[in-house]
Amino acid sequence: MTPDAPPPSPPPERHFLEMAFANRSFVIGAIITILVAAMALLSFLWTPYDITHLVVADRMKGLSLAHPLGTDHLGRDILSMIMIGARNSIAVAIVAVGIGMGVGVPLGTWAAARGGLIDEILMRFNDLVFAFPALLSAIMITAIFGPGAINAIIAIGIFNVPVFARVARAGALSIWPREYILAARAAGKSKALITIEHILPNIAALLLVQGTIQFALGILAEAGLSYLGLGAQPPMPSWGRMLFEAQTRMMIAPHLAVFPGLAIVITVLGLNLLGDGLRDLLDPRLRRER
Amino acid sequence: MSLLEIENLSLSIAGHPVLRDIDLRIAPGEVLGVVGESGSGKSMTALTVMQLLPELARAKGRVTFDGVDILAAPEEAMCRLRGDDLGMVFQEPMTALNPVKTIGEQVAEGIRWHTGANRPDAEARARAILDRVGLPEAKFPLSRFPHELSGGQRQRVVIAIACALKPKLLIADEPTTALDVVLQAQILDLLRDLVAENRMGLMLISHDLAVVADMADRVSVMRNGAVMESGPTVGVLSEQKHPYTRQLAEASTHVPARARSQEKAEKQEPQPLLSVSGVTRDYPGRRKGLFAKPEPFRAVDNVSFSLAPGHAVALVGRSGCGKSTLARMILALDRPTAGEIRLNGETLGGRSEYELRHARRNMQVVFQDPYGSFNPRHRVERLVAEPLHLLDRKPTAAQRRECVAEALESVGLNAGDMHKYPHEFSGGQRQRISIARAIITRPKLIVADEPVSALDVSIRAQVLDLFADLNQRLDLTYLFITHDLTVARAITDDVMVMHEGRIVESGPTATVLQNPKSEAARALVAAAPDLERAVATRQRATGD
Repeated sequence: MTPDAPPPSPPPERHFLEMAFANRSFVIGAIITILVAAMALLSFLWTPYDITHLVVADRMKGLSLAHPLGTDHLGRDILSMIMIGARNSIAVAIVAVGIGMGVGVPLGTWAAARGGLIDEILMRFNDLVFAFPALLSAIMITAIFGPGAINAIIAIGIFNVPVFARVARAGALSIWPREYILAARAAGKSKALITIEHILPNIAALLLVQGTIQFALGILAEAGLSYLGLGAQPPMPSWGRMLFEAQTRMMIAPHLAVFPGLAIVITVLGLNLLGDGLRDLLDPRLRRER
Repeated sequence: MSLLEIENLSLSIAGHPVLRDIDLRIAPGEVLGVVGESGSGKSMTALTVMQLLPELARAKGRVTFDGVDILAAPEEAMCRLRGDDLGMVFQEPMTALNPVKTIGEQVAEGIRWHTGANRPDAEARARAILDRVGLPEAKFPLSRFPHELSGGQRQRVVIAIACALKPKLLIADEPTTALDVVLQAQILDLLRDLVAENRMGLMLISHDLAVVADMADRVSVMRNGAVMESGPTVGVLSEQKHPYTRQLAEASTHVPARARSQEKAEKQEPQPLLSVSGVTRDYPGRRKGLFAKPEPFRAVDNVSFSLAPGHAVALVGRSGCGKSTLARMILALDRPTAGEIRLNGETLGGRSEYELRHARRNMQVVFQDPYGSFNPRHRVERLVAEPLHLLDRKPTAAQRRECVAEALESVGLNAGDMHKYPHEFSGGQRQRISIARAIITRPKLIVADEPVSALDVSIRAQVLDLFADLNQRLDLTYLFITHDLTVARAITDDVMVMHEGRIVESGPTATVLQNPKSEAARALVAAAPDLERAVATRQRATGD
């Protein structure tokens, strides 16, 4: 049965913000993400202390008014280090997701549009990249090309490519058989143009959700790499290396490990909640079940 | 005593009134036809009886089934009724079955749940009912999965599930709308037999007056959530006292005025607009073994015909006969395995998309589903203007808007509608937008793939009128692809009957449909529901 009367509900755009504010995981996720981003931005202008300035006399101080999160083994302020570390984590994750999307989405939509042999080759190559544990291969890449933030970004980025290629391909494949695509083909539009005009806007939501999840994974991967000393190099602080340095002093000064650890956990949690919330908001089928 | 009694039923969903003061009654062994257009509340009435309403629904009134007050019954009691004394058949057989369970499991599930029978007993009963609905053991063992069955066979499984425990009342909500006419006739026969065998009550919901006239003892006509008229089928449909009933009946047998077809036929056109010669399309079949070469499946088999300018031709056939594949090849959306298609003398095969631009400008397409044929994220202006892409010189924004406005006006919409999104329109209006998109490049040929089969009868009549009107005004040639013979009869000059990839019969529409020669054409004509014929048969039966 096709209801002939137009659906009574007003266009979805009008309600989007209202629904967004009613979605608990979206709101919490967005707040955490905004706070972390704000903290990273603030660190460009101001940090409580200059972290290149070592005050050995103040080393491994506990929590105090002067140092809200204490100081590390070289007397640097932990809050300041976490703030600057956020910058590093976010930059690595953004660029890595950017590489993944920038390469993966065109590959995936191309595979979906062409089908046949090209699709097969691209997707089997994807499987090949997928078959290596991402972190292990990232270690391999940084071990070969030398440690550093740039190589970490590239390594994490490469392993985002197949993820986005798959999501884009699957999304595109479900749009291709629609009649409005046939109509566009009957209107003589090329596959590339159809992909840009019709396919991409319809899979954008899917990609956005996957993007937030990959972003969270990127932050974890960056922390993992810098924990192993393969990420950003000193004196640039990073959450992963702060954890590593705190490891041997766990018994004397647990706060050295607790706060960078919490920073990672909260950021990843916030991004995952944001991704969950976005998915619920953008996928009308899940909306009712909230 | 009535089996089902609905009195003063009113229903609102989230505050919107949906049903008003519905009164319906079904006696054991009786078939009640509920007809009405989309949004008239037919399905909601059925769901109220099943108590399968959406969450925010509030029902008032009285619904008594077999002595049980349905509206007051707790969920547990309803669970016991549903699938046992109350069965339901849905419209879409593709989604009504669970794809990961065998048909045997799905039929036996209800039997075990309601009777507590053990697995072998339940399976034996499942076997018996599947035999009964025409799925014999030899070809359809219990271990078949839904995807291995065709649409009609799946609908038989759905009916088997609903009827496995000999329900007292079966509710069938558009049970044949998704099927072609031949399958429709078979399913209706099956339902009729089941009613007679078990003295089962049947509530048959349909938008098709002819189907209801054929099946029902009594009819209720619904509109906007209220019952307009109720009574014995013959009385309601032959006298057509209520203006809405008359309107429905007229719409369903509507024939648009087409002045020109005669004069056109006399003028012999020297060159056909479209010529199809020896076209064949193979699809790779299923692989039998690892190295065995799969045998191809031939969807279209050596089809040849030609179409004169200004003519309207119907391509009719059952679902899966290759109609749509042929249409896609004509539209150059798919390549033939063999054969040649020429539009205006220009061959379409083996050309690049760029070289096809000229041909594409001259042929456009209208699809069946007015909901799926638009990108939901674009405004009407952009949607309708899409084929303008084919022009050699890109129009300016102002010219483009002018073209769109003109196209919209010629299909009976306002130029102001171009700023809206497709979801702001009803099904009929969307089909008009679809036609506007098709005529914007002033094409010569329009291929319409079941253009009205998703529309309500009154909307369908209007859209058919529009097609007839455009045929005259814009000198269009039509290729109508349909399984609905009333559409073919209403609007086309010639008809081609397709069966298993071949064209088995063709000729002037009236001749072929009056006096079909091939077996496939005869089956189609015999199975097609016909309002007048059904009422006449019924009158004769009751007159005796």
